[in-house]
Amino acid sequence: MQDIQIEPVLTVEAVPEELQAEAKGVSLRDVTKKYGSFAAVQNITLDIPAGSYTCLLGPSGCGKTTTMRMIAGHEDISEGDIYIGDTRINGIPATQRNTAMMFQNYALFPHKTVWENVDFGLKMRGMTKGDRHHRVGEMLEVVGLSGFSDRKPAQLSGGQQQRVALARALVTRPQVLMLDEPLSALDESLRVKTRGELRKLQRQFGMTFIQVTHNQDEAYSLSDQIVVMDHGRVDQVGTPAEIFSKPLSKFVARFTGDNNIFVGTVTSAVQDTQGQLIQMDVPALGTLLCLGDYAQVGTEAACCIRADLMQIKSLTEAETSVCGPATNRVTARITAIEFTGYVTRVSLVLEGSGVEVLYKARTPDWLTTSFQEGQTVVLDWAAADCVFLPH
Amino acid sequence: MSETWKTLKPYALITPQTLVFLMFLVFPILMIGVVSFWEFNGYSMTPAFTLDNYRGVLTAVTFNTYLNTFKFLGLTWLATLLIGYPVAYFLSFHVPKLEWQILLFLVCTIPFWTSNIIRMISWVPLLGRGGLVNQMLLGTGVIQQPLEFLLYSDFAVVLGMVHLYIIFMIAPIFNSLMRIDRSLITAAEDLGASGFQIFKEVILPLSAPGIAIGSIFIVTLIMGEFVTVRLMGGGQSASVGKLIQTQIGSLQYPLAAANAIVLLAVTMLIIVSILRVLDIRKEL
Repeated sequence: MQDIQIEPVLTVEAVPEELQAEAKGVSLRDVTKKYGSFAAVQNITLDIPAGSYTCLLGPSGCGKTTTMRMIAGHEDISEGDIYIGDTRINGIPATQRNTAMMFQNYALFPHKTVWENVDFGLKMRGMTKGDRHHRVGEMLEVVGLSGFSDRKPAQLSGGQQQRVALARALVTRPQVLMLDEPLSALDESLRVKTRGELRKLQRQFGMTFIQVTHNQDEAYSLSDQIVVMDHGRVDQVGTPAEIFSKPLSKFVARFTGDNNIFVGTVTSAVQDTQGQLIQMDVPALGTLLCLGDYAQVGTEAACCIRADLMQIKSLTEAETSVCGPATNRVTARITAIEFTGYVTRVSLVLEGSGVEVLYKARTPDWLTTSFQEGQTVVLDWAAADCVFLPH
Repeated sequence: MSETWKTLKPYALITPQTLVFLMFLVFPILMIGVVSFWEFNGYSMTPAFTLDNYRGVLTAVTFNTYLNTFKFLGLTWLATLLIGYPVAYFLSFHVPKLEWQILLFLVCTIPFWTSNIIRMISWVPLLGRGGLVNQMLLGTGVIQQPLEFLLYSDFAVVLGMVHLYIIFMIAPIFNSLMRIDRSLITAAEDLGASGFQIFKEVILPLSAPGIAIGSIFIVTLIMGEFVTVRLMGGGQSASVGKLIQTQIGSLQYPLAAANAIVLLAVTMLIIVSILRVLDIRKEL
């Protein structure tokens, strides 16, 4: 994985120096977490650059939350080491790790006011009242809640509660901030807005943010780096663009977007300037061409094509257009057409094999065509767009 | 028809409860209130309106009896809280599985499967002059004379009350501790709170309503106590409940009624002051 560059972003409002902390990176080396004989996290090795926004993405039960809790110190590490900066933090209590966590349901103290909630961490650390007062006041101003300091959490909206939780975590100046599904308790419109605010805040503070999420849109829009996890393992690490356009496994391809996946046997792999040009034999479908790395002739593998990178053509159109040597072509029947706003989703079934395929078109483009449900069509896609999946 | 029924239905549903409430709670209390103003001359009582009974209540003897009752109340409340809170805390925070929590809570209630009087009497062979405790202490040479205060004393009364009523303290505290969102404790840890700070800043304030409810139970139960006082105090100890019972025994109903009304007022006053300090609404 290449280094991820964090570009400094001009801040709209400057964060008071008093609230800023030095960002530290986090490294995991062969980290395993076992509950009895069950391994929730298996041999994870991962580098999270200082000052980056990293999302741990995966379905529930994939080990992402456990991984985060191990970094935060709320879960013991069964095997392996975790470093924050250069310090090995195994066994160091959560309090002394210079990390802070924002909880999924915010975990605000219901009997304390907004002010007392934000003040809590500083008070527990034994800061004098005068110092605390100043810092809590500034923190509340940064999150725009100065007027709410006497309210109890129950008197706030979901978005306001979330900002209190964020303020409470940030006020202790952590070197790493962990966020456990921070947006899941908000409704859709607020989620998109808050997403932007989170990103802005992270840039302003320059802190390392590690977020756990099961939502790929959230991960794409927030992250500098995405870590896709499945069954306690890291499947792929990369920038949002890499994860989206070059998935490395069937799981990532399926989880992160609308990909059509074909499983077959590698019959030939020719080294090209862009990688390997791979020929796969897919049962009941024939030969598919794709581009990738690490292919070995004779092995079981898969390839995927994004639903929006295919071209749909009528049979007559297909006859006249030339199917080049580096193009895949299948015949399919349209089973359903679903209009979802800007995108129209077309479900098809491949002739002969019964394999289901998804095609996506921009709605304005789709409206210029006259395809009907039940019609037999041809799908073309370039080998260059078809991604080989080694795992 | 159905429209009328719809409007009447809620009233119909609350009627039985209301009737029971009126007949067995409101009416008797009103009767006691009425009787407390009746005249009484040693062998008969006549309906009247006199404040003599209340004058009879407001004496030094009654005052001292109240002081004694408050002493029992204070000691029992403190003991049930100091024993009950750790038990409830252990059950809710240190017993990992819900099944075990329920099972152990049921174990706490086992003594309550026996009648109060039998449980009180069973203390006698344990605490009496020749009882197990004295025999053991004499046998091991810790004491030379049997300890007299173990039975038929204020100590014995408080011991008996704690034994009888501690579950009323444990249950509401356990309930309020179980409701505390465990992520709050993780959050407090994350923010650097020590074990003691977590208890003081998070757990104690959030379980305060449970303490309040338990305290209300203890207050109402102990202010009216007379069985334990009689059995464990052996005639040596006095309480308002026992005073009223003695007056009823000697057929001084109006005097007993006046005493009961005063006791009711005092008990209500204590409960109101508890509620002023601690907000229990969110528990209900």
